[in-house]
Amino acid sequence: MSDLPHPPVGQPRPIGRRLMLGVPLGLLAVAAGGWAVMLQRMQKGEFDPHTLPSQLIGKKVPDFTLPGLNGPGITGAELQAPKQPMLVNFFASWCLPCMEEAAVLKEIAAQGLPIWGITYKDKPEATRAFLAKNGNPYQRIAMDLPGRVAINWGVYGVPETYFIDGGGIVRWRFAGPLTDVVVRRDIVRLLARAEKTAA
Amino acid sequence: MTGGNHSALFRAKEPRLPGLLAAKLLLVMVALVFCLGLSVQGALAVSDPGELLANPVQEARAEAIGQQLRCLVCQNESIEDSSADLAKDIRTIIRQQVTAGRTNQQIIHYMVQRYGTFILLKPPFDLMTAVLWGTPIAALAVGIGIAIFSVRRQRRRGARGPAPLSDAERARLEALLRS
Repeated sequence: MSDLPHPPVGQPRPIGRRLMLGVPLGLLAVAAGGWAVMLQRMQKGEFDPHTLPSQLIGKKVPDFTLPGLNGPGITGAELQAPKQPMLVNFFASWCLPCMEEAAVLKEIAAQGLPIWGITYKDKPEATRAFLAKNGNPYQRIAMDLPGRVAINWGVYGVPETYFIDGGGIVRWRFAGPLTDVVVRRDIVRLLARAEKTAA
Repeated sequence: MTGGNHSALFRAKEPRLPGLLAAKLLLVMVALVFCLGLSVQGALAVSDPGELLANPVQEARAEAIGQQLRCLVCQNESIEDSSADLAKDIRTIIRQQVTAGRTNQQIIHYMVQRYGTFILLKPPFDLMTAVLWGTPIAALAVGIGIAIFSVRRQRRRGARGPAPLSDAERARLEALLRS
């Protein structure tokens, strides 16, 4: 057999082969890289796939009037023209993460950033007991018993915190309990920017 | 047997029909399962019959709207399917607005204004979702492109026919036939 001449071997197509192997592998590498970045940011708490962007960002809050828990209530008009940057915090006594963030809110209030609270579907007695136990960082508290103002804001759970700048524009919304990390990362930056625009 | 074209010609004559038929059947079955899965809807979770509107036409409209909206608490259920408190409130708002005579589009717009397009279970085509909507179309285009390219290449080769045997090949063939 070996003395027989060999038939010509079919021409290989190296470019096509390389593309067929390289393109999927390249796409896979890009996907894996993106995945790794996402996981890392999730671990650091910079990214949460469950949070959704607020539709209020860059806008003024909608009109509303809510009765106060003890003293005066809160109206949309007051938040549309605030005297200074402030936080609005939706919370409820029945909400465990709200208890978690109580210490952080206290610290923020101590630093001089006003916080107004809106209770979400909470009985006034329950709210009062909650505040007596966990402390009251709020300058003012209003009650949204039917939870309709919350829907108008796009609230989808408690706690939720909004940053309103000195011009009454909502600049930030955070869903979930505030932590020191969030304060350092977001609120400090927001305050610096609000001061810059005010100056 | 090492010539690429030749082996392809021989392969076509091999009796592999049963395998091909089975593969085609499997494909059809998979397609059927997909279609059925898309058309069959789960039972609605409206637990409280007091929630339902008395007017069946209006109730059907409200349910149709609710099925297009995502429950924001559980995120993988529709407003109609979810037993979350917020979903219940949104169901109530939908029914109030249906009774007030607002159109489906107005009601859905109302929800999107508050919760963004995330509330729509079927995402609209925009910058954020371009890749999402575009990928299947792009994949299909690439597949069709590859198919056209390879069919053409094969045709071109088929028209030319296999290359005529060289003297050496003819000699080898004769040697083989003689032996």
